[in-house]
Amino acid sequence: MHSAWLILSIVENSTKNLDRTFAALSDPTRRAILDKLARRPGASVSELAEPFAIKLPAVMKHLGVLDEAGLITRSKTGRVVTVRLKPGSMRDAMTWLRRHELFWSSRLDKLTAYAERKELEARSQKK
Amino acid sequence: MTSVTLVRRIKASPDIVFEAVTSAEGIAHWWGPDAGPVLLSESEPRVGGSYRLRFRTLPGAEHECTGKFLVIDPPKRVVISWHWTFGGDDPGESQVEIILRPIEVGTELTFTHSRLYNEASQLSHEWGWTGALRKLQEYFARDA
Repeated sequence: MHSAWLILSIVENSTKNLDRTFAALSDPTRRAILDKLARRPGASVSELAEPFAIKLPAVMKHLGVLDEAGLITRSKTGRVVTVRLKPGSMRDAMTWLRRHELFWSSRLDKLTAYAERKELEARSQKK
Repeated sequence: MTSVTLVRRIKASPDIVFEAVTSAEGIAHWWGPDAGPVLLSESEPRVGGSYRLRFRTLPGAEHECTGKFLVIDPPKRVVISWHWTFGGDDPGESQVEIILRPIEVGTELTFTHSRLYNEASQLSHEWGWTGALRKLQEYFARDA
């Protein structure tokens, strides 16, 4: 894989979708909601609201943000709205971070080789 | 803080590694993304000093990264601000921290690129990203 393309794709992927995902994840209540959904898929809105010291409309607002960011899906059965995680956006965010990791990993390979060469040079000069 | 962290064990003294990560000559050697030429390499390794590296990639595109030295504590720690300049795109400013620790074989280098997305403050903790990094670090540690 060419590192140059990696850099470009890092930038290209810094799109609005990612901005929205990371912005949605920046709030502790929303992360707690996602965390609960990971443990209890298909929880109802009132179940989700339970542990938080906030009112239902506030929870609805958070769910709206998460939905917009593509992190959850909501479905209505009768009067009950159930919520589930939607993995796509989270996967994109992780992929984005993973790209940075790969990018730096290949840079650090070069740094290691360079520093080790310098060390050998320094040692041979001392002799 | 959205960040990636990598750890490497390098068979060279902390002084040599520090020089490699802060001097103009050093960064020109490891920073280029492929075998394309480094066009410009400048570095003033002091607090508030700037660095700049410009290179051409093999596909022919020119890129530049610039920033300032925020912390410099030879041969232990360096923190720089990080800014990419791509044709028109501005991904914003992030931060790179490099910590060096003397170990038996030479130097343990901990590299962290943080503030990749300022708003995603706790992402890594909440979503097990640290676990993945730990595995990666173990992998590198085994490799060294």
